[in-house]
Amino acid sequence: MEHYSMNLTLKVWRQKNTSDKGRFETFHVKGISSEMSFLEMFDVLNEQLIEEGKEPIAFDHDCREGICGMCSMYINGRPHGPWHGTTTCQLHMRAFKDGDTIVVEPWRANAFPVIKDLIVDRHAFDHIIQAGGFVSVNTGNAVDGNALPIEREKADQSFAAAACIGCGACVAACKNSSAMLFLSAKVSHLALLPQGAPEKKTRVLNMIAQMDKEGFGSCTNTGACEAVCPKEISLESIARLNKEYLGAAFTSDKV
Amino acid sequence: MTWKQIFTSSVGKKFVMALTGVSLIAFLVVHVGINACIWANDDGAMFNRAAHFMGSTVVIRIMEVGLFAGILLHIVQGIMIEMENRSKRSIGYQIPLGNRGSKWYSRSMGLLGTLILLFLIMHIYHFWTPSRLGGIGNIHELGMTTIDGKEYDNLFGEMIKVFQSPVVVLLYVLACISLAYHLLHGFASAFRTLGLHNQRYYTIVKSIGNIFSVIVPIAFAMMPISIYLGWIK
Repeated sequence: MEHYSMNLTLKVWRQKNTSDKGRFETFHVKGISSEMSFLEMFDVLNEQLIEEGKEPIAFDHDCREGICGMCSMYINGRPHGPWHGTTTCQLHMRAFKDGDTIVVEPWRANAFPVIKDLIVDRHAFDHIIQAGGFVSVNTGNAVDGNALPIEREKADQSFAAAACIGCGACVAACKNSSAMLFLSAKVSHLALLPQGAPEKKTRVLNMIAQMDKEGFGSCTNTGACEAVCPKEISLESIARLNKEYLGAAFTSDKV
Repeated sequence: MTWKQIFTSSVGKKFVMALTGVSLIAFLVVHVGINACIWANDDGAMFNRAAHFMGSTVVIRIMEVGLFAGILLHIVQGIMIEMENRSKRSIGYQIPLGNRGSKWYSRSMGLLGTLILLFLIMHIYHFWTPSRLGGIGNIHELGMTTIDGKEYDNLFGEMIKVFQSPVVVLLYVLACISLAYHLLHGFASAFRTLGLHNQRYYTIVKSIGNIFSVIVPIAFAMMPISIYLGWIK
């Protein structure tokens, strides 16, 4: 595709801190290259703001290659912008046309309070992982690839689930602010592998309990999460999570 | 994990919705099947006999209690889940994701359910109250009809009477449309909630759900319509 440059109008959410009420502010950027990433466009805007002596817009970013899950922007009514299966940092400006107005909002969920501007606090996800999203035995050195036979299909499904980068787009898109797609990816990833089997039951019970405690909603299978997930985690994993949970809960020894 | 912990967890609450939902689907099959007897065109004889069987069989009367309990649970739990989920996002988006991520009816189960509930109140008043509670206080009783020398409650006659009003017919048809969309999401979603993750089985369930959500509400809607238009004698 041919390179072109564009002038854009940006409506960006500004909020000083968690207790500030926040509001939209309008900015104009000129000469944005179609080859830039969305975050690079924000860098240009921030340079401009610094030169004008204004406070730059705070936004989360880290790897800028689509694998860390930090860049959380809700662009024109869609987490991570208009492209399918893409994080904000991998969204390129060729997705937009000259003269476009782009509205950028932070993730909206009570479990993800805004820290500043577009940055939200996603510690809730860390707490869910801490509740059981791991294998707690010391696995030692990496073993030979074929020492532990795993069915090919299961390995693939597990790998697909492990692709979850914990960005929170699923929560941002869900009408219930549910974290079920995230949780189901983490549970599926481990439940499908023999290494995850011994802690299968306690893992899913503890992680769901933690999710509820963090203030996420429940899943109503609308599929919005699946549609926006940059790693294309499927809704199927939520069904697997339900199966794992109900199986573990109803066979519990407690009365 | 205690029972209380299970049923107060987010997955446990959805489990209750799915289980009651599936049993209500089973009820719809019975209901539509029995009502379809009106199309026998025998002045309601087959239908009145079937209604008599449903009303006079002890096992079915016991199941009726279960049905009411299921409906009540589905309603109360549904309202609670809807309210709770709505409270999880205090500040909404300037531009909502809308239909780009999900179907409008998947996001409107609470609204569709409420419409069905309003219909149910009217529906129970029309038919259940006179047939079960007729004669108590000033609730009117069903008329009687004689089939093969035996006396039966004339529920068919009641249907003919109620569906003479175009407003009632319209309300029934609108309720059937709400039910269709409620089922279009609810049927397959219930199985997802119960843990159906196998892609092949899910495709089958989803297809059955789609067919069910179209055929059953159409069959229901055709009842008041065909009575109103005088297709049934």
